[in-house]
Amino acid sequence: MDTLIQQIVSGLATGGIYGSVALALVMIYQATEVVNYAQGEMAMFSTYLAWTLLNAGLPYWVAFFATLAIAFVGGLLLERILIRPVENAPVLTIVIVCIGLLVILNSVAGWVYSYIQKPFPSPFPSKPIQFGNIYFGAHDIGALGVTLVVLAGLYVFFRFTTLGLAMRAAAQNPVSSRLCGIRVGWMLAIGWGLAALVGAVAGMMVAPIVFLDPNMMAGILIYAFASATLGGFTSPGGAVLGGLIVGVVENLVGTYVSFIGTELKLTVALAMILIVLVVRPSGLFGRAAVHRV
Amino acid sequence: MLPRAWTLGISAVALAAALVLMFTLTNFRLFQFSQVFIYAIALLGLNILTGFNGQISLGHGAFYAVGAYTTAVMIDQWNVPYGWTIPTAGLICLVAGFLFGIPALRLEGLYLALATFALALAVPQILKYFEHWTGGSQGIVLSKPNAPWGLPITPDQWLYLLTLAVLVVLFVAAANLLRGRTGRAIVAIRDNAIAAQSMGVNTALYKSLTFGVSAAYTGVAGALSAVTVAYVAPDSFDVFRSITFLVGIVIGGLASISGAIFGAFFIQFVPNWAQDISKAAPWAIYGVFLIGFMYAMPRGIAGSLRLATARWLRRRAEPSASAGGSRR
Repeated sequence: MDTLIQQIVSGLATGGIYGSVALALVMIYQATEVVNYAQGEMAMFSTYLAWTLLNAGLPYWVAFFATLAIAFVGGLLLERILIRPVENAPVLTIVIVCIGLLVILNSVAGWVYSYIQKPFPSPFPSKPIQFGNIYFGAHDIGALGVTLVVLAGLYVFFRFTTLGLAMRAAAQNPVSSRLCGIRVGWMLAIGWGLAALVGAVAGMMVAPIVFLDPNMMAGILIYAFASATLGGFTSPGGAVLGGLIVGVVENLVGTYVSFIGTELKLTVALAMILIVLVVRPSGLFGRAAVHRV
Repeated sequence: MLPRAWTLGISAVALAAALVLMFTLTNFRLFQFSQVFIYAIALLGLNILTGFNGQISLGHGAFYAVGAYTTAVMIDQWNVPYGWTIPTAGLICLVAGFLFGIPALRLEGLYLALATFALALAVPQILKYFEHWTGGSQGIVLSKPNAPWGLPITPDQWLYLLTLAVLVVLFVAAANLLRGRTGRAIVAIRDNAIAAQSMGVNTALYKSLTFGVSAAYTGVAGALSAVTVAYVAPDSFDVFRSITFLVGIVIGGLASISGAIFGAFFIQFVPNWAQDISKAAPWAIYGVFLIGFMYAMPRGIAGSLRLATARWLRRRAEPSASAGGSRR
């Protein structure tokens, strides 16, 4: 029983990270109908920037927020410089540009920082937290907390601010929004900036667990795809919930089903997604696409 | 569009050039070109599905792997001559693709892309799991076949010839398939599935069949790659392979048969050039190439060529048209 609870909590912690990356994917997808394959590498690169700032002697939380600001501006600029020229090209063309960005970021990070793994500090105490006779990693709990704070912040932003409303409008109906005076292009750019910011949080929260290296987000991006698919690409809340489900199921299956072990863990997660997709083609919480004929 | 005779003429010249090259290139270059032909077959398969039928697949690396492993296991375990394994690989992938195509009917666009992506991710792990047959992560080592019937050519020349021959047969078959009734049905489904259905096209059957044919092409390519490389291992069939195929068809040109060849050249040679330009960060150079290509030719190489020929044909036609106008 104790193992079960422990596994569920650590599953929720990693699931929160999958959920954040999934949320970043969903934000860009909703606005532009493009899956940003470079999302993971953007998060990895931001985490390296945080590492540089920390090495320069800044305190953790100063470096944390400075990284968020850099990531936001970086994401904004990427959209303006890289994506804008192909805005009206076929979707697959934009996908290829994102893949190009992915390999560039990965390669440049390897070139500047080398492919050697680096430890990344956690802002939370290393001593485990004890409830009764169950121990939880303080970082697990902290990461989950930070993820939830970011989500709450985004919810408030999109629900209660004018800018958030304008962004939702631009995503839903670009033509009418432009007629209302919303600068749709800039709304998309801000969307990219916010997605980069959420990704940076995920990167900094996961780096203490998996260590910092240029390929650290590859696996996480795949789980994030899984989460977003499970929850539905049209539902931000669903994506986060999908992340939590994937994290917990992954942990439990790896622990309790012996013939699967760690080798086939990923396969099981993927099989789960295939089954969900066949039963509910737009994910658990997604809206089914309705076409006008 | 170019007149049919021109297309045939250009193809014949290209084929003749390829045959001449067979006797002039070094063995290493021949190997590289065989790879190009193999990629071209795989890309054509993916293009039939994604370009012509509008179903995006990020999982064709999986069918490539199934084809390669079919060949490798048949040769390694049962000593089947490699010539028989290649059509078998195609058949197995045809069935596998058709079966995967049935649940895929319920999915569109992004969700289909992700479902196939899951397939591509799962295959290397599954291959490692069935260690008894597949040799686990060690893979299977084969031996390069010699030229049959006592032909006086090196093994590399033979493999070049073999891949070229398979390429020509499969390309002619695809061109015929896509030009006729079936091809029109495939394209109609992409353009408007509901309209196609109301015209009497059995969309479900055609979509899963297209999936099967596409997988069969990719499987044959995988089988050929196992023969030419003489080695298969799960890690050479990772997700990156599937993404490379997608890059190949978009760079080459979607819904274009010749695009598959251009795309194959790109994915075979551009990474090498990038390596030559910068040893430190070759993939950064590759990424810049990718993005640059997409800016310059958003519809791929074949798309740009098509535009250029259309413009050229119009300009050729114009003087006579204006002359006819002045006479009136």
